[in-house]
Amino acid sequence: MNRQRTQFWIFTGSIIVSLMLMLMPLPQALTPLKPYWPALVLIYWSLEAPDRTSIGLAFLVGLAADLLDGALLGEQALRLAALTFIVLRFRARLRFFPMWQQALAVLVLLLNDRILLLLVRLFAGDPRPPSSFWLAPFTGTIAWPFVFLLIDDVRARLRAKEA
Amino acid sequence: MALPHKESSPIFADAAAGTLRLIFYLALACVLMVLDHRNGWLQRARYAASMAVEPIYRAAAWPGEAARNLRTAFTGHRDLVNENRHLREALLLAQARLNRMNAVAEQNTRLKQLLDTRRMLGMDVQLARLIDVDLGPARNRVMIDAGAREGVHTGQVVIDAHGVMGQIVEVLPHTSVALLITDGNHSIPVVDERSGLRGVAHGTGAPDRLVVSDIPLSADVKVGDRISTSGLGGRFPAGFPVGTITKVGPDPSGMFAQAGARPAADLARSGEVLLLRDQPEPVGPPKEAPEVGPLASPAASDSTNSPPAHARAVTQR
Repeated sequence: MNRQRTQFWIFTGSIIVSLMLMLMPLPQALTPLKPYWPALVLIYWSLEAPDRTSIGLAFLVGLAADLLDGALLGEQALRLAALTFIVLRFRARLRFFPMWQQALAVLVLLLNDRILLLLVRLFAGDPRPPSSFWLAPFTGTIAWPFVFLLIDDVRARLRAKEA
Repeated sequence: MALPHKESSPIFADAAAGTLRLIFYLALACVLMVLDHRNGWLQRARYAASMAVEPIYRAAAWPGEAARNLRTAFTGHRDLVNENRHLREALLLAQARLNRMNAVAEQNTRLKQLLDTRRMLGMDVQLARLIDVDLGPARNRVMIDAGAREGVHTGQVVIDAHGVMGQIVEVLPHTSVALLITDGNHSIPVVDERSGLRGVAHGTGAPDRLVVSDIPLSADVKVGDRISTSGLGGRFPAGFPVGTITKVGPDPSGMFAQAGARPAADLARSGEVLLLRDQPEPVGPPKEAPEVGPLASPAASDSTNSPPAHARAVTQR
């Protein structure tokens, strides 16, 4: 019971932290490089704890992000739902990839996410984004191993403490 | 029950159900987006959720603020910093007033005091600070730490010491969001201060570039010209600096010229801004003035009242 609860708090905490990171400002020059944190955290949890994540949950996280970010209600919900679906579908394979291969898969996922975003933006009538729009998935790929190891480490430590 | 069965073979049994669910959620997201795009639901939802949302903004801005505070703590004494801030606020106000005065003086000579000086000189402003939060690269927006409770309302003009920054597009109880003039969806009516040519400056999405489009090829625009608000359209009062022309060339169609401009306001900086309180007079017929003075009889007033009220309103403009 207790262990379940700790896991739940790590899960919720990581998602809240990812939303905060999304809002956190960076210097002007680095802003286009900011990885899409909620996506990275959701990928982690879909890979490691598929019983906890679902498309519906990703949808809700996306709605929360939309509420905070305030561009278009439902935009991130759509992106994160699609992302989680893909990860859950290919979970069996992705999970046992070596880290570099996994990072590449994350890159493809994030690029796909950007394409979805671009489609939504163009439908909403926004102008075409600058080329720096495509940089964020690459920094996300670089950040992925660290996110993965960090959450994994926190989980392992807490588990060891309880045991 | 279906659930235990699913868990027994998670790879294949889930596939069809998962796809259906995905389609359901994607459709739901699309419906939400369309509704939001049409009705501005997001804003209402955010206003309703502001109790939860506003602290998150403050919390997210905290690390940036802490870093800045740490830096100032290392470079100088606390009270010196405070004094500096007060002075900066005062300077900001003074500089904004000065800019305003310059523009007014220039306009007065050129337009021979056609404009109402009473409205031009009185400038009612409210000082506010930017909240250091990244609202995503999609829109050029900034968050301001004053909201509906502080009297901010949608459409107010935001300026800094150097020129126009943008306008308020969304108001929460203690926070508001301003759209910057560089946003791709923002346009501002401008006038070339040297030649008096009018145009519309569009944002490009880049933080340091505006585009004044559809200028006649023969028009008198040069690199280095300063552009300021023209006051047309009724949203931005006339005479605030908007930017400096950096490039003039033909537009893609070749029928018109197009000028690039650098915004005058310091849009990348985080600090204090001014919100203009006095809105320019709204476009449209004047409101009926309240009745003044004794009335002869209710029957007579009905027929004679409206023309004088209209005349009064017109003379006020």
